[in-house]
Amino acid sequence: MSYESVIGIETHVELATASKMFCGCKVDFGAEPNTTVCPVCLGLPGAMPVPNERAIEWIVKIGLALGCDIAPHSLFHRKNYFYPDLPKNYQISQYDLPICVNGTLDVTVDGETRAIGITRVHMEEDTGKSLHVGEGGRIHGADHSLLDFNRSGVPLVEVVSEPDIRSAAEARAYATELQGLIRSLGVSDAKLEEGSMRFDANVSLRPEGVEELGIRTETKNMNSLRSLEQALAYEIDRQGEVLGSGGSITQETRHWNEQDGMTHAMRGKEESSDYRYFPEPDLVPLAVDDAWREQVRSTLPELPQARRIRLMESGIEEGAARQLAADAAMGELFTDAVAAGGEARDVANWLTGEVVAHLKRDDIAVTEIPLTSDHLRELSEMTAKGDLSATAAKEVLGGVMMGEGSPSQVAAARDLIQVTDVAALGSEVDAVLAANGDAVEKIRQGETKAVGFLVGQVMKATGGKADPKVVGDLIVSKVKGG
Amino acid sequence: MNDPADLTIGAAGAALRGGELTASELLEAVLKRASMTEAHLHSYLTIDREGAVEAAAAADSALRKGDDLGPLHGIPIALKDNMVTRGIETTCSSKILAGYKPPYDATVVERMRQGGAVVVGKTNLDEFAMGSSTENSAYGPTRNPWNTDRVPGGSSGGSTAAVAVGSALAALGSDTGGSIRQPASLCGVVGMKPTYGLVSRYGLIAFASSLDQIGPMTRTVSDAVDVLGVMAGHDPKDATSYRGDLPDFGSGLDGGVEGLRIGVASELSGEGIDTPVVDAFRRTCDALAEAGAKVTELSLPSFEAALSAYYLIAPAECSANLARFDGVRYGLRKEAETVEDMMAATRAEGFGPEVIRRILLGTYALSAGYYDAFYGQAQKVRTLILEDFARAYSEVDVVVSPTSPTTAFEVGARTDDPLSMYLSDLCTIPSNLAGHPAVSVPIGLDEGLPIGFQVMAPALGEQVMFQVAAAVERMAAFDARAPLATSEIS
Repeated sequence: MSYESVIGIETHVELATASKMFCGCKVDFGAEPNTTVCPVCLGLPGAMPVPNERAIEWIVKIGLALGCDIAPHSLFHRKNYFYPDLPKNYQISQYDLPICVNGTLDVTVDGETRAIGITRVHMEEDTGKSLHVGEGGRIHGADHSLLDFNRSGVPLVEVVSEPDIRSAAEARAYATELQGLIRSLGVSDAKLEEGSMRFDANVSLRPEGVEELGIRTETKNMNSLRSLEQALAYEIDRQGEVLGSGGSITQETRHWNEQDGMTHAMRGKEESSDYRYFPEPDLVPLAVDDAWREQVRSTLPELPQARRIRLMESGIEEGAARQLAADAAMGELFTDAVAAGGEARDVANWLTGEVVAHLKRDDIAVTEIPLTSDHLRELSEMTAKGDLSATAAKEVLGGVMMGEGSPSQVAAARDLIQVTDVAALGSEVDAVLAANGDAVEKIRQGETKAVGFLVGQVMKATGGKADPKVVGDLIVSKVKGG
Repeated sequence: MNDPADLTIGAAGAALRGGELTASELLEAVLKRASMTEAHLHSYLTIDREGAVEAAAAADSALRKGDDLGPLHGIPIALKDNMVTRGIETTCSSKILAGYKPPYDATVVERMRQGGAVVVGKTNLDEFAMGSSTENSAYGPTRNPWNTDRVPGGSSGGSTAAVAVGSALAALGSDTGGSIRQPASLCGVVGMKPTYGLVSRYGLIAFASSLDQIGPMTRTVSDAVDVLGVMAGHDPKDATSYRGDLPDFGSGLDGGVEGLRIGVASELSGEGIDTPVVDAFRRTCDALAEAGAKVTELSLPSFEAALSAYYLIAPAECSANLARFDGVRYGLRKEAETVEDMMAATRAEGFGPEVIRRILLGTYALSAGYYDAFYGQAQKVRTLILEDFARAYSEVDVVVSPTSPTTAFEVGARTDDPLSMYLSDLCTIPSNLAGHPAVSVPIGLDEGLPIGFQVMAPALGEQVMFQVAAAVERMAAFDARAPLATSEIS
């Protein structure tokens, strides 16, 4: 029997607000453990939460970007469960009245675009972090555990998709698209590796043509977009094999193991899922009025999808367009450089080529290097004028990213300016023609290949600084004309 | 001059400003009174003598410099031990918080200190404010100063007893279902629960967050106005705190009741109320009518369901509020093999039976499949009560009832019967469910035990509520002092 896979994804995004969700503590992931804490985020007796208005504004922004309806009134609920890194032993979250509902996100796989439904986007607080020492880093069997509450109370947005996703590749595309969107809004760095963006995926299979959903599993612990796709491909195969051999799926939480490339049922007792939600009595209902909502809407930047379409229409190929559209800072560099007069395709190629490679190598963000849109414009102009060869331009770009100065400064310092002046090249060309009579003769007889040989000789003589195109033209005109 | 420990805030304030008394002398008198009475009463869990002596000296020096911080300047006050105090042990009368010294002051504590009040210490309560007799304290019960075989009421029994005998001139209590008003009634003092949100709850160790409210316990209505005035007002640390302008709470104290419309809650003044209490209550109502008030009987039918609704909502909220006491970060920890076992052992050992009973009740009421039938239903009752009150306040200015169905009962009389204990709050609970203000004023004695009269008002109706309460106070002319406060004992 052939099965259709049904996937829904829950995404947690930590907002990069200056302070936490319900107290004034700084959000600082690099801080010494338990230094950015106060009575509120430590759950000390008597402490009370006060909502962070900026975080509410940002979730409204996310909701609007996903085309959601923004609820004029929503409620915070308490989600009750005991865990050592949850200081109140309840999490302030949202339940039946979330802030944002009914959105969509367009996802493209192999040229086919589908709208994935967004059920809801709600606001909650993050937990602290447990470090379990011994026995594989899990709480069961650990020798002891250490708790760090710096993360406790960090604003967390949960984006819940409809079970509209149909393949592991589509799941990855959804995740990529969502990550790009969040980044373009500037509300989170959305890094999977560092946990500021986390995915849980519900997967079930059903026979083709059947409406009714199968029994699902929830897969966790995917730390990259690649592992999300791998984990889901594995889980789909696994369920297919179980069902195909007449077995049935157990509803359970499964842990993706990057090392063995498999999902495993979580050890230990299964959490009962009765969270005894009830309205948080320490907070009043959340009101987002029309004026505020529209004010937030007016701050929305161009969204990745729109930006990508615009880029492709201006002649950028899809891969580069997707990359530039997904990263807000990168996209801004591109747009500004082109607006200032930079050549779109060159700028796009540099950004998605040399710049991305440089960032990957040093593991830094584009905002952390001294490259500006003006540098890109200048580089583009120098290339267009012929001052720089394609190779030299890449070298200059490297120098600019290393902080050596503007493109003209780097080119001068590294002596990379091309000689394009015909008069300046004339004597070099004459010398080469005089020394290579055979080749000159071949050109006269129509063997154009010999031109290339002579250009190479001139380049050698000038130490690579001559513009090969100018040299070629000069050789042809001198030979033909002479 | 009489013993300064017997002064009202008003009288002590006048003496302090007139140079007849210093804050240090006043504190010494209060501490001396405590040393005489504490062995019989156990109203305090902690007396912060050192801190109080320092605060009194500071109050004196400020006053000498002409720096007058207001009506509580130099006044010795007591705090119920569910309000956190920086560096001073705060236990909620629970073993689970034995030795716990909070790193911060509750907003009300800050405001008391800023207002020049001298904090004498922390008073006993039913564990986590759950109870009506102050017998559910892990550190032993408080006794009633009118008769030490009797309970003082609860849960703010320690604060009430301290005010009744003069081991503080005023105290702060907290009222979730009557925990200020019922003990005030049983000990012959004034106890007031403000409108929900009028006083910050930041730093009040939560029992039931949608019902809890801090309020004053004093000897006179005028003193209650003074204490409330210092505490009330918006606090950015409490998201439920009221943001609007404050009324002048005391502007009607001398106004009398002529022309005021007073409704008698028939559901709270007949069946289930002891005859001597009803009789005293009726006599006061008659006196109010004679003084020119229009006194009418009112029916508020939803009040019949108030007690049941309360005993679902309060436990449900407490089951979450008390979840944080798990042995992980502070307080008691019972070591065990796994973290779950450690938490379970800590909570089993650290919580007393009434607290455990309410956590279980609340956990059950919120469970999947039961939520609608219990918690959801209780919230609907709450709406009905608000509607009944709204109807009543379209016809009257205040609603009155006895505060407690009985006078102080004997120690141990109800400890084995939770339901009979819960009935102690019959008359006080509706105001909590509605978030409305209410005050209890002593109106007389029955067999040597005080009877209280309750005045309820709509949200932010403190001004008219105090106006009626002050009139009742004048009519009752209740000037008897608890025997334990007089010099018979030494």
